[in-house]
Amino acid sequence: MNAPVTRRNAVLGITAAATSLAAPSILRAQSAGRVVVVGGGFGGAACARALKRVDTKLQVTLIEPNNIFISCPFSNEVIAGLREIEAQQFGYDKLTAQGISVVAQAATTIDTQKRSVTAADGEAFGYDHLVLSPGIDFHVEALPGYDDAASEKMPHGWKAGAQTLLLRRQLEAMADGGTVAIAIPANPLRCPPAPYERASLIAHYLKTNKPRSKVLILDAKDSFSQQRLFEKAWKELYGDMIDRVALSQGGRVTSVDAATRTIVTEFGNYTPDVANVIPPQRAGRIAEIAGAADATGWCPIDPVTFESKLVKNVHVIGDACLGGGIPKSASAASAQGRACAAAIVNLLAGRAPETPRLTGVCYNIVAPGYGFSLAGNYQPKGDIFAEVEGGATSPVDAPRELRAREAIEAEHWFQSITADTFG
Amino acid sequence: MAALINVPAKAKRGEIIEIRTLTSHIMETGFRHTAAGALVPRDIITSFTCRYNGTEIFRADLFPAIAANPYLSFFTVAKDSGKFEFEWIGDNGYSSTASVSILVE
Repeated sequence: MNAPVTRRNAVLGITAAATSLAAPSILRAQSAGRVVVVGGGFGGAACARALKRVDTKLQVTLIEPNNIFISCPFSNEVIAGLREIEAQQFGYDKLTAQGISVVAQAATTIDTQKRSVTAADGEAFGYDHLVLSPGIDFHVEALPGYDDAASEKMPHGWKAGAQTLLLRRQLEAMADGGTVAIAIPANPLRCPPAPYERASLIAHYLKTNKPRSKVLILDAKDSFSQQRLFEKAWKELYGDMIDRVALSQGGRVTSVDAATRTIVTEFGNYTPDVANVIPPQRAGRIAEIAGAADATGWCPIDPVTFESKLVKNVHVIGDACLGGGIPKSASAASAQGRACAAAIVNLLAGRAPETPRLTGVCYNIVAPGYGFSLAGNYQPKGDIFAEVEGGATSPVDAPRELRAREAIEAEHWFQSITADTFG
Repeated sequence: MAALINVPAKAKRGEIIEIRTLTSHIMETGFRHTAAGALVPRDIITSFTCRYNGTEIFRADLFPAIAANPYLSFFTVAKDSGKFEFEWIGDNGYSSTASVSILVE
């Protein structure tokens, strides 16, 4: 064991030594048993719980600075005034009750040689396997003019919480006849269809409260997830309220000026009344500190074990990893968290990890009672995940009853994933 | 939509300026087949030129590997006030032009 000896792991060492005397074939289990998970979102929390569920003897530590998790799924409804932020908030009490050691600190440094994570207060946590589930950070160099101060004027709303509420207040304060611009970055980004869901729900708010207003999408992409479903719904529900400037029409945003609320694209300047700027993204900062992020800003992994291609015994799950075909969604992160837990348990026991088959589901709500979905199955193929058979997207031509049913299913999905993760 | 052009409206004499152009075009490679097996004929832009007050300052040849809606960005030195003229030429007699004025102080 390379990690500093604390009273806790000294005790664990004794038990492990006793086991290895009895059964020398599982010698690898000698130093086994300590897993540190960094990040308590859908990926990290699901992983911590799954680890503890599979093997109650595992010492599982979850390092997460926030006492309350605020869910991004359904936060677009909060922006549109259809839901309160309290419905998005979840605590870690059930994880603690399950025997997971929840540390309310930010992880600041990682020593992959010594296998130790240090928290902001200086406490160090040794590990046999480390799971990073840090979500995203913004790639500020990729969007000149956009920094923390700018995000107070031109909110991103891409990490749920204060930003979600700020965007909502700006919409509420806007006069009828105003323009709400949404700047969308190129792939990869957290939850690829979510900007379009947001455009839909903002249009719903405007149609209901400020019907002379417009939504302007400035998009660094030409095509997007579930595009035909969205565009059909927009026409049906909002007429010409939503205008989209795609990449090949000059929609890519190149810089912003917060002082004048100006969004600069490759071919023009826009000064909307409300500017929702979703910046380009990369893996959460701690992944880079660990040395797990590559030049793309994301983390290459072995998709069977989620182990980083760059650092040993460090696994990366959720939005931060380079997943290939699997989208950066809550559902995918949760599936990855559980599969990663299974892989770690096998690795600790000296068994070969099984090839995971992951399912990701994504619901989009474009108006109250109007939803559609995309479900996909993914399996490792080379260095990434590839979509395999069995996936389904809602039909483009479908009666409104189906859309209404899917909106209800979306709510059920949310209840079920949050209950699985935090309840 | 025809072409999108981004040239600064004003520049200082001697300043290096960026020019961006984007034109909508399918850039059909000529390598694809329909479901029935028939070859989809090639339909691409083959050349682009930019003239600054009548003098050619930039030219590009385009090939089937270039994606739809070709985007070209390049730099020049702002010398005199006047006009930038852009021309795209392609298969099947395709031709498209645009022009933008600049004020050099």
